[in-house]
Amino acid sequence: MKLNRIFTKGLVFDNPVFVQMLGMCPVLAVTNSAMNGLGMGLATTAVLLGSNTVISLIKNFIPSKIRIPSFIVVIATFVTMVGMLMRAYVPTLFAALGIFIPLIVVNCLILARAESFASKSSTIGSIVDGAGMGLGFTAALVVLGVVREWLGAGTIFGQAVMWSSFEPARFMTMPPGAFLALGLLLALFNKITSKDLNEL
Amino acid sequence: MNDTSLFVILVSAILVNNFILSRFLGICPFLGVSKQVETAFGMGMAVTFVMSLASIITYLVEYLILVPLNIEYMQTIAFILVIASLVQLVEMVIQKSSPVLYQSLGVFLPLITTNCAVLGLTILNIQQEYSLIQTITHAIGAAIGFTLAIVLFAAIRERLELSHVPKVFKGFPIALITASLMSMAFLGFAGLV
Repeated sequence: MKLNRIFTKGLVFDNPVFVQMLGMCPVLAVTNSAMNGLGMGLATTAVLLGSNTVISLIKNFIPSKIRIPSFIVVIATFVTMVGMLMRAYVPTLFAALGIFIPLIVVNCLILARAESFASKSSTIGSIVDGAGMGLGFTAALVVLGVVREWLGAGTIFGQAVMWSSFEPARFMTMPPGAFLALGLLLALFNKITSKDLNEL
Repeated sequence: MNDTSLFVILVSAILVNNFILSRFLGICPFLGVSKQVETAFGMGMAVTFVMSLASIITYLVEYLILVPLNIEYMQTIAFILVIASLVQLVEMVIQKSSPVLYQSLGVFLPLITTNCAVLGLTILNIQQEYSLIQTITHAIGAAIGFTLAIVLFAAIRERLELSHVPKVFKGFPIALITASLMSMAFLGFAGLV
C-alpha cells in the first residue's frame, strides 16, 4: 500500500472515532473544551507513534502467544514517558486531563493498531499509520471539543465567539452533552457519507 | 488518609459518580456488549469479579512494593500488568472449575483487560488515598454502578431494535443519544451525597 494511502485511511476513511468507534472513553470524557481535546489527541498520537515504531521493529522477536502482554508493556512505557513530559512542561493540561493520561494504556485504538497493523508491517508504514490514525483521532476530538465548548461555554479555544447576551447551554459541557454531541455528529457523518455513496 | 464514610463511597460510586454515565470509564463494553440484557448482565458480573480482586491486589502492590521502593511512577505499568495477569488467571480458574460459567462469560473475559473502568478504578483508589476497606467498598460500588448502567441500557436497546429510527441515526448515533438521556437522569442524583 502506498504511504499516502495509509495516511489518509487513518485520517478520514477509517477514522478511529467516526468510523471504527475505537477509544471512546477519552473522546467523551475530555472534550468539554477544544484545548483539552487537542491535548489528549496529541498525547495519544505521540504514544501511538512510539508504540507502532517499536512494535514493528521487534515484531519478529515476540512469540505470538504472549504478543498482547508484550504490546501492553511497550504501550505502557510510552504512556508513562508522555505523562512525565506533560507533567513537567504543560502541568495545567496534565491536571485537566487527569486520570485519562494513564488510561491511554487501555485505549483500544492503540492496541488495535499494534495488533492489526504494526505487528505485520514495515517500520516506515507503521510510523505513517500511527501518524494518520493519531491525527484522525485528534481531529475528531478537536471537532467534538469545539462543538461542545462553543455551545456550552460560548467560547472556542478560550476565545469568546458569541454575542454578549448569549446564554451558554452549560449542559453541553457536562456528561450528557458529550453523548448527545457525539451522537448527533455521528448521524451527520453518516448522512454525508451515505450521500456520497449514493452519488457514486 | 481519606475519612469519607463507607456508605457515602458506595452510594457515590453507584449513582452520583456512576463510572459509565458520569466518569466515562468503560464506554467500549457499554456500547459494544449491550445489545441483550443477558449478555450485558454477564459482562457486569465478570467486571464485578475482576474489579474487586484487582482493587485489592493493586492496593497491596502500591503500598507494599511501589511506595517503599519509591517507584510510584511505575504505577501505570505495574497496574496494567496486574490486571492483565489477573484476567488471565481468572479465565483459567473459571475454565477449570465451572465450564458452564466459562461458556457464558467466555468472550467477555479477555476484553476486560482493556476495559478502562478497571484500570481507572485502581488508579482512582490510590488518588483518593482510600484505606483497604474503603478501596473494597469503592470497587463494589463501581461494579454495581457499571452493571446497573449496562443492564438498563441493554433493556432500552432491546426496545430500540423494534422501533422506527431515522436511517442516519440507526446503530450507534441513537444509542449515544439514549445514553445521553440516561446520563441526564443520573445527573439528578448529584445532590444526594
